[in-house]
Amino acid sequence: MNKNEVFIKLPDRPPPSSTVGIIAWTQKNLFSSTTNALTTILFFYLIYLYIPPFFDWAIFNANFSGSDRSICDANKAGACWTFIKVRFDQLLFGLYFASNPDQIWRPVVALSIFVLLLIPLVIEKTPHKKWLLIFLLTIYPIIFITLVYGGYFGIPISNTTQWGGFLLTFALAFVGIVLALPIGIILALGRRSEMPIIRALSVTYIEFWRGTPLITILFMASVMLPLFFPSGVEFDKVVRAMIGITLFQSAYTAEAVRGGLQAIDKGQSEASMALGMGYWQRNVFIILPQALKISIPSIVNTFIALFKDTSLVSIIGLLDLLNMSQTASRSLDWNGYDIEGYLFAGFIFWACCYGMSSYSQKLERKLDTEGRTE
Amino acid sequence: MSKTKIPFYRNPKIRSLFVQIFVLSLVSFLIFSIYQTTVSNLIERGIQTSTSFFDDVAPFKIGFSPFLDFDLGKTTYIEVFYIGILNTILIAILGIIASTILGFIVGIVRLSPNWLASKCALVYIEVFRNVPLLLQIMFWNFAVFLATLPPPKKSIEFGFLYLNSRGLHTPIPYVEDELRFNFWIFILLMTAVGCIFLSKWAKKSFEHTGVKRPVFFYNFLIFTILATLSYLALGGPLEFDIPVLGKFNFKGGGQLPLPLFSLWFALTIYTSAFIAENVRAGISSVSTGQLEAANSIGLNRTQTINMIVIPQAMRVIIPPTISQFLNLTKNSSLAVAVGYEEIVAVWAGISLNQTGQAVIIIAMTIIVYECMSLFTSFMLNMYNRKVQITER
Repeated sequence: MNKNEVFIKLPDRPPPSSTVGIIAWTQKNLFSSTTNALTTILFFYLIYLYIPPFFDWAIFNANFSGSDRSICDANKAGACWTFIKVRFDQLLFGLYFASNPDQIWRPVVALSIFVLLLIPLVIEKTPHKKWLLIFLLTIYPIIFITLVYGGYFGIPISNTTQWGGFLLTFALAFVGIVLALPIGIILALGRRSEMPIIRALSVTYIEFWRGTPLITILFMASVMLPLFFPSGVEFDKVVRAMIGITLFQSAYTAEAVRGGLQAIDKGQSEASMALGMGYWQRNVFIILPQALKISIPSIVNTFIALFKDTSLVSIIGLLDLLNMSQTASRSLDWNGYDIEGYLFAGFIFWACCYGMSSYSQKLERKLDTEGRTE
Repeated sequence: MSKTKIPFYRNPKIRSLFVQIFVLSLVSFLIFSIYQTTVSNLIERGIQTSTSFFDDVAPFKIGFSPFLDFDLGKTTYIEVFYIGILNTILIAILGIIASTILGFIVGIVRLSPNWLASKCALVYIEVFRNVPLLLQIMFWNFAVFLATLPPPKKSIEFGFLYLNSRGLHTPIPYVEDELRFNFWIFILLMTAVGCIFLSKWAKKSFEHTGVKRPVFFYNFLIFTILATLSYLALGGPLEFDIPVLGKFNFKGGGQLPLPLFSLWFALTIYTSAFIAENVRAGISSVSTGQLEAANSIGLNRTQTINMIVIPQAMRVIIPPTISQFLNLTKNSSLAVAVGYEEIVAVWAGISLNQTGQAVIIIAMTIIVYECMSLFTSFMLNMYNRKVQITER
């Protein structure tokens, strides 16, 4: 007798209907016990209480049309997005570009190049990511300055004093990360150095900036920086803020990089020493490439914090995204629509930060599993 | 074979010495030249840096100084500095208490088996920690509270608390009779000492006999009953000054002015999102093996949570939470945007503008924050050392 005829593999029976499907899911996740059911009802009630009115206000009753406040004044039940629409250029690119619409292509192109460079960096399988990143951190700033600041190739100059809106927020944060990264790496190496004086200097520097709130540093940068340089050397407000932010951020970057350095096995360093490598060879070719890869999530996290903190420059009077939307909503034309201004600025900040934090969390999980499989 | 002599500049000791001397002299030169240009710049601008302005009378008004009396025309700059520090400490303490409570609640809800509750907590965390704090402070203060809170006449009531467009009015305790109050405090202290002894004894007897007594409940009962009885017996040594609505505004009681209230509100929400994330990470860091082991040796749910989960989770939760407390304290400097009178606002803001003593004032402000930061890292190190000892 053929055995195969006895053991005929039957197709799997479908799971009982009580364990799959929407009803089972609801039962398991929302109504598994009395407390669970009560919690569900409570949260449903809270959502019902707040979310539909919010959407009514923000979308269904909102005003989008027109170009002045008369429409919004007529319909107070909805949000006034007309305000955002009319002031959109100003909120994103600042006063100079808002008053010179023919120049607005400059920040648009600059930011588009940034996005185009960023997309392949985020995708996992892109080849030559390292070079792309180095391009972004070294050549791109030059492109950005040439385009946005101008002065070359017949592009008229837009003074930094007239920068504003999201463009200024982006510029401050980007300068912060580009300049702080090399300083931070040096400081992190210094903190782990075996020379006591170098270590002490690095620790003092890092802990000094980390112990002070950024707003104090910005005050210091705007009040005291002119005193530190010989008279005749003048910085405008934006550059002062950039210097303050860089000093502040370099300390945080240093700590993030140090975390990566600590995670590298001592054997790596010993092996390269045994091969006869010097200090810089060892660090540049062996230690740092591994350490920086591990510390990318923490560097991104410090960058998120910096990106949010750039809003503090509005306290020293710069027109960044937050201050611009506040100023615009307090202008005579749009007085009283400050909620819309705050929500718009808040949404842009949220979208950028949430995107970055999801990316860094994804990366963390990936690095975590890599570590486990080894 | 002759031994090749290593040249002295290849000797690591000499090299490291040389490098250190070089860097140190470079840094010293940098600091010295900055110092010199600063001095010459100050002379050029005719600013004399000295601390003599400390005793000058401050020509501006500080509305909120609950701990030191402010007298326009009498209070000196140095007292303004102290008021600033005290107000910073006040908002820090208020914020730390509220954000810890809220953060733990949200963090636990985030881990709830209920899908809806967990997702709501997730939305809360992701929304509030990804929006700049300054924006949140301004939003709550200018767009929400100032615009929507009613005038004092129509205050929103929660028990003895009244919220209106001027701020939050609260009852404040005050001591009627020093002697009776001190006696009451003495009784409370003695009761507390007794409770500690009781719990120590209960722990010992549990270790010997294995009989578990609900000692926490007993202690709670003893303490509340004794405190209430002695309070009544002493005829109320501590009275409460309750705010009463007068013709235009509240009389009596304490008041948190609206800037303080909005700052507190925003700081609490912002920091609690971070603490909630710490709590979630801490509790999920306890491996399932621990829970299974606890189940298999017959611990019940309460015992598992109290003896297995919390001690291990706390070790992960507390260090980053302490850093969050420091962040909250540093973030309280954003009060400058809404006009709450803490150290950056009154000292690095108004006083600096009035006196022009930038160097001294900024240096003092930084020193205050550095002290708080050092204190925090001291606490953290102490905690870490304590945790390490309990480890094997």
